[in-house]
Amino acid sequence: MPAQPFQQDPSVPPSCVVEVTGVPEKVASTEPVQSVRTPIRMEYTYTPGRALSDYLVAMKDKKIIAERCPETGQVFVPPRGVSPVAGVVTAGKVELPATGYVESFNITRVPIATRPDLEPPYCSAWILLDGASISFMGLVINCEPESVKLGTRVRAVWKPDDELEMAATNILGWEPTGEPDVEIPDIERIGQKGDLE
Amino acid sequence: MADEVLQAPLVLEYPFTRTTGPVVGAFLTGLREGVVLGVRRSDGTVMCPPLEYDPTTSEPIGEMVEVGQTGTVVSWSWGGPPRDQQPFDRDVAWALITLDGADSPMLHAVFVDGPSDMATGMRVQVQWADERVGHIADIAGFVPTGENA
Amino acid sequence: MREIAIVSFAQRQEPAITSESEVEFMVPLMQQAKEAVGLRQQDMGFTCSGSSDFLAGQAFSFVMTIDGTGPVPPISESHVEQDGAWALYEAWVKLQCGDVDTAFVYSYGKSSPGSLRDVLATQMDPYYVAPLWPDAFSIEGLAARMLLESGKVSERQLAEIASRSREHASSNPHAVRNTPKSVEEILAEEFVADPLRPSDIPASADGGCAMVLAAGDRARELCDRPVWIRGIDHRIDSHTLGARDLTDAMSARIAAEKAGVGRDKIDFAELHAPFTTSEAVLTEALGLGDDVTINPSGGPLAAHTMMAAGHIRFGEAFERIARGDGDRAVVHATAGPVLQQNMVAVLEGE
Repeated sequence: MPAQPFQQDPSVPPSCVVEVTGVPEKVASTEPVQSVRTPIRMEYTYTPGRALSDYLVAMKDKKIIAERCPETGQVFVPPRGVSPVAGVVTAGKVELPATGYVESFNITRVPIATRPDLEPPYCSAWILLDGASISFMGLVINCEPESVKLGTRVRAVWKPDDELEMAATNILGWEPTGEPDVEIPDIERIGQKGDLE
Repeated sequence: MADEVLQAPLVLEYPFTRTTGPVVGAFLTGLREGVVLGVRRSDGTVMCPPLEYDPTTSEPIGEMVEVGQTGTVVSWSWGGPPRDQQPFDRDVAWALITLDGADSPMLHAVFVDGPSDMATGMRVQVQWADERVGHIADIAGFVPTGENA
Repeated sequence: MREIAIVSFAQRQEPAITSESEVEFMVPLMQQAKEAVGLRQQDMGFTCSGSSDFLAGQAFSFVMTIDGTGPVPPISESHVEQDGAWALYEAWVKLQCGDVDTAFVYSYGKSSPGSLRDVLATQMDPYYVAPLWPDAFSIEGLAARMLLESGKVSERQLAEIASRSREHASSNPHAVRNTPKSVEEILAEEFVADPLRPSDIPASADGGCAMVLAAGDRARELCDRPVWIRGIDHRIDSHTLGARDLTDAMSARIAAEKAGVGRDKIDFAELHAPFTTSEAVLTEALGLGDDVTINPSGGPLAAHTMMAAGHIRFGEAFERIARGDGDRAVVHATAGPVLQQNMVAVLEGE
């Protein structure tokens, strides 16, 4: 579409329009500055807090740590140290298996400039780990994206042992296990306090 | 408790490009061309750097006035060595400087060796940046003129 | 106007909280403030918070912190990207509307992951000032020199303010700068941003606070001595440094008058004065006489948690009045460089 000439908004009263006069010829005869680059850069030393630290430290041993809400019994992963339902400090750690199923997914067919390692098409999914009350995001790999379904059983694919760090990126993705699909239960799990295991 | 407190470097960057509008645009165009412009307020005084609206009466103002490239330090503080993001390569004093022909001050840096070289009322002049693009840092900073206030 | 009172308060301030996330250190405070008056989140008519993600560089930290309230089933909630004093103001307005009788207000700041004096440059004019990245101490230093050279205050008087803050802070368990220092010792300190010395600048802290507000008889049911907000107002000065008198705080002056500061005897004042110079300007602008104790907590010179420091002034005054150490107090909160925006309130015990 060709650029449109600047149109004054008719709803703006004329008294609010700034009329610029008196600019010296030497300045007025040049290309006017219409924008200015003002980038912001700030450096921090990020500290993740207690619960996420526990989670990241355990990652180095290929363990997935969750935390339990003492009021509702729900299990949250990754843990944040607090139950997002009850607003209380989580009661204790729960180690979850690195298996679960796809609760929802999409297939991305366009590349992202900042992630050249993600080659489209790829499948990102909400994965509900066995024993967890909340799903979290991961890539479904080692299969055709089109073969992924709601309820597909998956297991974690870890980095080689000698490359493990204290980082969630230790899990390269989730691959189908070949087990029968899970029937998706009631999705309104969060907040239904009486309806838990 | 975690056995150790984890920490990691984190950098946030926002690549903002801002539209200037006609008054700020005229000022920045002026800087690029080596000219400093103020704006006349409704009471007749000149404000530099210029705003589009009178900060007291909120009336739109757009009568640009060329002001001098020398001025007087109204107040100062010692910044010392340039901090990470500052566009300077040497120690700076921060100063509010009222340019000749203007009635209100602008904030910028003054290049001197130390705080003992700074004084309220001292005369300073613009030192232009080698490359000018229409940015407040087209004024690299100010340097003392050597004259008395 | 409805009568609105503060009925409970909890705070935590430390030089740096490195082992807990914002929500982790806020949950205990939220619970403490609620349990003090026997309320749960479901009992709160409204919830409002104040914080800034720029401090820790943690995007949407304020959303994560809402988890700490217990927001299921969904609560009536709002957030201000400002000091919690403005969250308190929003809650006060909500209570004035009359459809709720209780409100929960919390605020927090975790500045230690970044360099606060530099991060604060991003609040300056984005065309003319922020691209030069002047740090917050240098900006205050410009105002400080104007104040000193105007003759309104001397370096010795600033050192006296700093020394008194340290003395008051010695009995404040939340203070992070509380070692006594004489005026002479302070005047001998090397400048951090000439003319400001280390004792002139805020004692940066991580932390937060939580508070319950209630209206009328609901407040009387909840605690022995509600502390009533008798007047409250906030005003803002120009963002342009060159367009206002940096040796005065016109917005604080007007807010104090509207809040009714001069109408009755004041026992003490809790001022959100980050710098000694801010305290000198505010004491004058608010018309506080020699009989008023300024910052019995030590104030922000003793502990300054960005985004909670103004809110904590309300809490400090509440606790003092609630336990009978005074009946009537002036409370002040500020935002922006060099006292740009100011809130003033008058608190009074039942």
